Amino acid sequence: MTQDVDIDTELHEILKSVPDPEIPVLSIIDLGVVRSAKVLPNKEVKVEITPTYSGCPAMDVIGDDIKTELSKHGYIPEVKLILSPAWTTDWMTDEGKKALKDYGIAPPMDATSDKDALLGNKRVIPCPQCESKNTRLVSQFASTACKAMFKCEDCEETFDYFKCLI
Amino acid sequence: MTNENLIQYIYGIADNSLILGQRISELCGHGPTLETDIAMTNMALDLLGQTRSYFQYVAELSPKAITEDDVAFLRTEREYKNVLLVEQPNTDFAYIIVRQYFFDVFHFMFLKALENSKNINFQAIAKKSLKEVSYHKRFSGDWLKRLGDGTEESKQKAQKAVNDLWAYTDELFHMTENDKVVAEAGYGVDTTSFKDEYYAVITALLQEATLDVPETKYFQKGGKHGIHTEYMGYILSDMQYMQRTYPDMKW
Repeated sequence: MTQDVDIDTELHEILKSVPDPEIPVLSIIDLGVVRSAKVLPNKEVKVEITPTYSGCPAMDVIGDDIKTELSKHGYIPEVKLILSPAWTTDWMTDEGKKALKDYGIAPPMDATSDKDALLGNKRVIPCPQCESKNTRLVSQFASTACKAMFKCEDCEETFDYFKCLI
Repeated sequence: MTNENLIQYIYGIADNSLILGQRISELCGHGPTLETDIAMTNMALDLLGQTRSYFQYVAELSPKAITEDDVAFLRTEREYKNVLLVEQPNTDFAYIIVRQYFFDVFHFMFLKALENSKNINFQAIAKKSLKEVSYHKRFSGDWLKRLGDGTEESKQKAQKAVNDLWAYTDELFHMTENDKVVAEAGYGVDTTSFKDEYYAVITALLQEATLDVPETKYFQKGGKHGIHTEYMGYILSDMQYMQRTYPDMKW
């Protein structure tokens, strides 16, 4: 569900080709961080992006990558960082969630299951390798601020879970 | 209310995140286990990210042509308005967790109130930060329970940290003249409105952690007026070294 995004059709494919620098299988469109992209007269383009987490170090890189990619297509881009409305994992597309899972990162679940899993109350997060739900929380924080670390007790793989943020 | 009132008010909020963020980033590569190391540095990143949002707004409000970096790195000690709690040293893991928990509970309640500010920038930053701080609070609260209700040694260390850091909790609710001006204008927060709730929450958690709740009525304050403890100078010399040695350096 990517509500309220306003992206001009001619820019959509170009922006979709820009990957998240930390999770390269995920396009910035599928991540839901691009909130609007408008073509103005004289090939000028204005793009608004919003951070996943306040301190996400990827935002500067994403801004630069957007500018590079749009410039290649002859546009004169301007990228603005907006904070409101705040990003939520609900904005991640289904395609994005599938890409995460194929990459070995469990995609965000609904808020109730997420809370159960992160408080260690219930085993509900399916292992992205073997689908078993017999998984336990190792750490509420993992390789990046947006993920937690879990371990599958069946296939014994540790894996990242993309935390639900609503 | 002037822009200068607003700028001073932002220092009172954002310097807490900046200095605590700096403090816990000292743990990068030094956490007691890999998981706690990563958790603490992720929290530092959240706090520093929030600080950037506030300081970008200060740069906009300022009559001078300044950047967020100037605000973060080029002020003198007296110009930092963080509370004394956040500058206290990383004495041991118990201190780190207790300091974090005492601050996180306040931070969460503060941001909840700031969400209702008349200022749209404050609203946006508060909404964004709340999502992050709810994770911080859960992390530090879980650890405090684990330490308090853990081994004899962890309990004794947690109790010492609680006893020592308790004296810095009251300052969280100290309203400066400037805080009052900004709160009355509907932009800021009256922190005294949730003081009782704050002490009820941390008392309940300390009891759950089988720790004693200090009864002392002696509290330290000064940071909100720029009068800091001896630890502050060391934090700043570490934090400001690069900017002062190589002015206008770019990363």
